[in-house]
Amino acid sequence: MASILSSEEIKKIRSDFPLLQREIYNKRLVYLDNAATTQKPNLVLGALQKYYTDYNSNVHRGVHLLSQEATDAYEVSRKKIAKFIDAKTDKEIIFTKGTTDGINLVASSFGKKFLNEGDSVIISAMEHHSNIVPWQMICEEKNANLKVIPFNEKGELRMDEFEKLLDDTVKIIAVTCVSNSLATINPVEEIIQKAHAKNIPVLLDAAQAIQHMPLSVQKLNADFIVFSGHKMFGPTGIGVLYGKEEWLNKLPPYQGGGDMIKSVSFEKTIYNELPFKFEAGTPDISGAIVLGYAVDYINQISIERIHATEEDLMNYAMNALKTIPNIRFIGEAKNRAGVISFLLGNAHPFDTGELLDKQGIAVRTGHHCCQPVMDIFKIPGTVRASFAFYNTKEEIDMLIKGLERAAKILL
Amino acid sequence: MTIEESQQEIIDEFTFLADWMDKYEMIIQMGKELPMIEEQYKKPENLIKGCQSQVWLHAENKDNLLYFTADSDALITKGLVALVVKVLSGHSAKEIIESNLHFVDDIGLKSHLSPTRSNGLLSMLKQIKNYAIAFHSLEK
Repeated sequence: MASILSSEEIKKIRSDFPLLQREIYNKRLVYLDNAATTQKPNLVLGALQKYYTDYNSNVHRGVHLLSQEATDAYEVSRKKIAKFIDAKTDKEIIFTKGTTDGINLVASSFGKKFLNEGDSVIISAMEHHSNIVPWQMICEEKNANLKVIPFNEKGELRMDEFEKLLDDTVKIIAVTCVSNSLATINPVEEIIQKAHAKNIPVLLDAAQAIQHMPLSVQKLNADFIVFSGHKMFGPTGIGVLYGKEEWLNKLPPYQGGGDMIKSVSFEKTIYNELPFKFEAGTPDISGAIVLGYAVDYINQISIERIHATEEDLMNYAMNALKTIPNIRFIGEAKNRAGVISFLLGNAHPFDTGELLDKQGIAVRTGHHCCQPVMDIFKIPGTVRASFAFYNTKEEIDMLIKGLERAAKILL
Repeated sequence: MTIEESQQEIIDEFTFLADWMDKYEMIIQMGKELPMIEEQYKKPENLIKGCQSQVWLHAENKDNLLYFTADSDALITKGLVALVVKVLSGHSAKEIIESNLHFVDDIGLKSHLSPTRSNGLLSMLKQIKNYAIAFHSLEK
């Protein structure tokens, strides 16, 4: 087990993040909405400024120096990401706009080629809308069926029900590694093994996992993995689709134009090779380059130490929150990461969130783009505190004080 | 009490409180005093669009004066409705249509509310004015 970050190390880390120094309503900001987006370290902010200041240029086209520098940096970043998730080759790394874009790409391209009438796609009942709607859209187009793995009252997937769903009609499975509303870490290795036994590929939504735990695509043997840059200390608007080379080669391009083309005539277009086949148009060059620096930052600290530190913080937070009378946790899975979802008695989550905000504490409230999950629990939403390694136990204590004050007003 | 006097009363009460948590406490207290909508009027037609939490608003005409009852599943929202109802309930449609509602700005609510709440509050005010316009056209 890796050692947790010391309080001195966290203090130094916090000084890397300018936004964490901010005050709101004359109070020190306590930022606990990391599942929505993370804050950015100076390394990332500086890299973004350096790109636009020093070598802003389009990639893969120009013969001039700036274009070569931008192209080099863009491809270096792809290599860093490939190494970070242990991909076999950087051809397996496709830059996307984010998690949602990656899922749409796979749902559309895979669906067009491999889904037929009567086929099925399996997702889980704890997916966020981005891993529901693209599959609904392609299933509707192809007259295929969307099957849903249910979860139990603790928020753990019903693996017995999953096995029942796994029949010969299933062509692909798409599940989240970690639930953004319940915090559940899903048994994705088991899902992949069982799916592969029937030659069914699996897409993992790693949007809530990539920043919290080591992730090796080769060990997992996942066929597709998607994640977003902004949830891992990088910029918004950039994300990654990892796909096994053999699968990416089989899929048709998602969009046409730009780098995805080798040659075009009015009679026929020859598509480019991987990874460019899936990167149509001018990509988010700065975002892609800077995401590489976000990976550098994570590596500097070590993802293993981040994981250990956050686990310690989560345990502290769970124990502290349990002392609040009338608190109701939504999602109590044994294996969990990143977030704690709860309700304060019968108080509406918006009320709790707003009273926390006025005390300088930023949490998320609402359905977290998981309306089906909220429907299952018959609630309008939850209050969600979500953590990163730069959060401290003092901040958890401030959350508890804030909740106690909110409870006095609301309950 | 005129609409203007009701507004001024609310402004005075809020100005007295410096801390925003105390202001929220007062908003929630006002929600508890809000005339409750009868269960039969808690129907989809009376739900105000634009509020992320649910708000039901019912208008009734008694002797050419409009009276409002309301409820919400969120306490802060209910308190905000209560403020609006306190100012506008019991007045004629014409008075409501012609009223200049400035108390939301004056007590700093608009700038302190989250955008969703702020939009919800605007929707409530719009809905009440729509009721007033509808009743006023019936009076003619």
